[in-house]
Amino acid sequence: MSASENAPVIEIRDLTKVYRMGEVEVHALKGVNLTVERGEFVAIMGPSGSGKSTLMNIIGCLDRPTAGTYRLDGIDVSRLDRDQRAEIRNDKIGFVFQSFNLLARTRATENVELPLLYGNLGLTAPERATRSREALARVGLAGREDHYPSQLSGGQQQRVAIARALVTDPAILLADEPTGNLDSRTSEEVIGIFQDLNDAGKTVVLITHEPDIAAHAKRVVYVRDGLVWRDEKIVQARAKHPDAAAATPGGEAEPAVAFPFTIATPEEVVR
Amino acid sequence: MKASVSALRFWNITKVGLMAISRNKMRSLLTMLGIIIGVACVITMVAVGTGASSSIQATINSLGSNFIMIFPGAAMSGGMRSFTGESKLTPEDVTAIKAECPAVAYASAGTRTNAQVVAGEQNWGTQVWGVDVDWPFIRAWNVAEGDFFTDVDVRSSSKVAVLGATVAENLFPNGDAVGSTVRIKHVPFKVVGVLERKGGNMMGQDQDDQIIAPYTTVMKQLMGTPRINLIYVSARSANEVGQAQIEIESLLRQRHRLQGAQESDFNMRSQEEIASTSAQTSRTLSILLGSAAAISLLVGGIGIMNIMLVSVTERTREIGVRLAIGAKGRHVLLQFLLEAIALSVVGGAIGVGLGLLIPNLVTRFAGLPTQVSSGSVLLAFGFAAAIGVFFGFYPARKASRLDPIDALRYE
Repeated sequence: MSASENAPVIEIRDLTKVYRMGEVEVHALKGVNLTVERGEFVAIMGPSGSGKSTLMNIIGCLDRPTAGTYRLDGIDVSRLDRDQRAEIRNDKIGFVFQSFNLLARTRATENVELPLLYGNLGLTAPERATRSREALARVGLAGREDHYPSQLSGGQQQRVAIARALVTDPAILLADEPTGNLDSRTSEEVIGIFQDLNDAGKTVVLITHEPDIAAHAKRVVYVRDGLVWRDEKIVQARAKHPDAAAATPGGEAEPAVAFPFTIATPEEVVR
Repeated sequence: MKASVSALRFWNITKVGLMAISRNKMRSLLTMLGIIIGVACVITMVAVGTGASSSIQATINSLGSNFIMIFPGAAMSGGMRSFTGESKLTPEDVTAIKAECPAVAYASAGTRTNAQVVAGEQNWGTQVWGVDVDWPFIRAWNVAEGDFFTDVDVRSSSKVAVLGATVAENLFPNGDAVGSTVRIKHVPFKVVGVLERKGGNMMGQDQDDQIIAPYTTVMKQLMGTPRINLIYVSARSANEVGQAQIEIESLLRQRHRLQGAQESDFNMRSQEEIASTSAQTSRTLSILLGSAAAISLLVGGIGIMNIMLVSVTERTREIGVRLAIGAKGRHVLLQFLLEAIALSVVGGAIGVGLGLLIPNLVTRFAGLPTQVSSGSVLLAFGFAAAIGVFFGFYPARKASRLDPIDALRYE
């Protein structure tokens, strides 16, 4: 691949997306510029209708921009066709969804192997199984390889999904509201895994509308009206454990008000 | 390297499809039911049809070689014969045919009546056929015990009889028929022989349920008419059957004083004509049953398409996930197509199993002869597989064209 070690993982320039809804043209993105370096942990936030989902679909190579360029891991992917995008998704992107999207009645290890079935790596069944086990071990599910999704808790299912995203060793992990279906304790657990993976060098892009989830990232990008409205580095030490949040004054009691990081009233923006 | 990667991927996708089927066993079985029934039907129908036509062939061959039958009354269209008037055939016609037709080897008068037959305390209702001494040669039917009656018996109208195997069994359970006396319509006949067993004819009638006696005796003692019901003829060889028919036609027209365009008062059927009529009938039957089976296969195929469409809709999210993690449209197409093919092939295989079993049961319990042909098995199985491809393609294509974003969002 043409990816150089120094190139940004995501480099978006003047990206626009226009949908035609009958007679009406909807400008979902109106010229987005965004650069994500290798090893970053970025949260993308924005109210519904902000263009956040459209941006995520384009970053995930599920959709193509109307104009502008998008270089993923050094490759211009903005003009690729359906099949080429499928290959890029398999190779460069690990998806984590809000509703886990595991195949029912399929063992954890088989779920994790799924991306390897479509890839160009040409792995044999034992090689795939080994990589699947390694990925499950990285998310703390060693010993549960043969469990079915129905035998796992929500947090464990999401961890299987993260392992599935990891198994191809992608350039970015793209998580769309990964804690949306989880309670707050499990959310912390799952977000902790993303933090651990990021600490190990993985680039993570997290789409969320929950400020206290976004707070775990190193950088927060706000999208509003089809534009990047605000792009902030989080200066506060990361809250790695619930205890850390509680240590912040007023943290545990009213987390929605007392943010453990210092940016100007993001919640007003989000609402 | 490239080839081995795609071969590996093909196998992986095949496994994915098979996994989906085994996960939904009950539904898969119900989906396959149409194909199972269709395939089993095709094989069974063809087996029954083939069995029937080969048994018809066997009984036609048992009529005797180079066999021609002359019936009284004009021939009707379509090979149907309907005769209500009095027979114009006489014993003298038979004598003339024998004497004047060079292509004819044997000829015998035939006259028939129904009668109640008594032997000691046993009592049996059957047919009595009056024939000549040529009859065993024409029908290729020999006596199993005793002797056939002689020319002298015919000329002197002796009261002698040869019993069919069924009649002998019923009247003489102890097997002492030859030499005994039976009373036919109160007239005592001496039993001189018992015929070999021949079994049912193509109408399913028991050919062994009859008594054979000299036609002279039957006409005088039992019927009281100078006319006969039938003339049996055997041509010298298979090649001379047509020639014999021409000779008989002109001789009988001359003897019955029929002018140029006048309709004949008799008609003839050769063994081949009888055979081809029944072959036609059984062929029509086979086509009819075969098309019924084909329709059930078609319905089975539509069932597969229906379930595959349901399955595609139901698994929209799954398709979305597969597309998102890097499956290409053709991978999804292949997966669903293979699933449909697997359904129809497994269904077809079960159908073949039943198709091999059912004809046996039909033979055992319904007594119908059956013959499973490998051609019908291959045809039915191939058709089932083709149905999988044909009816699986549309749902599979639909799945492969889904937009991953919409599919992931599908509730």
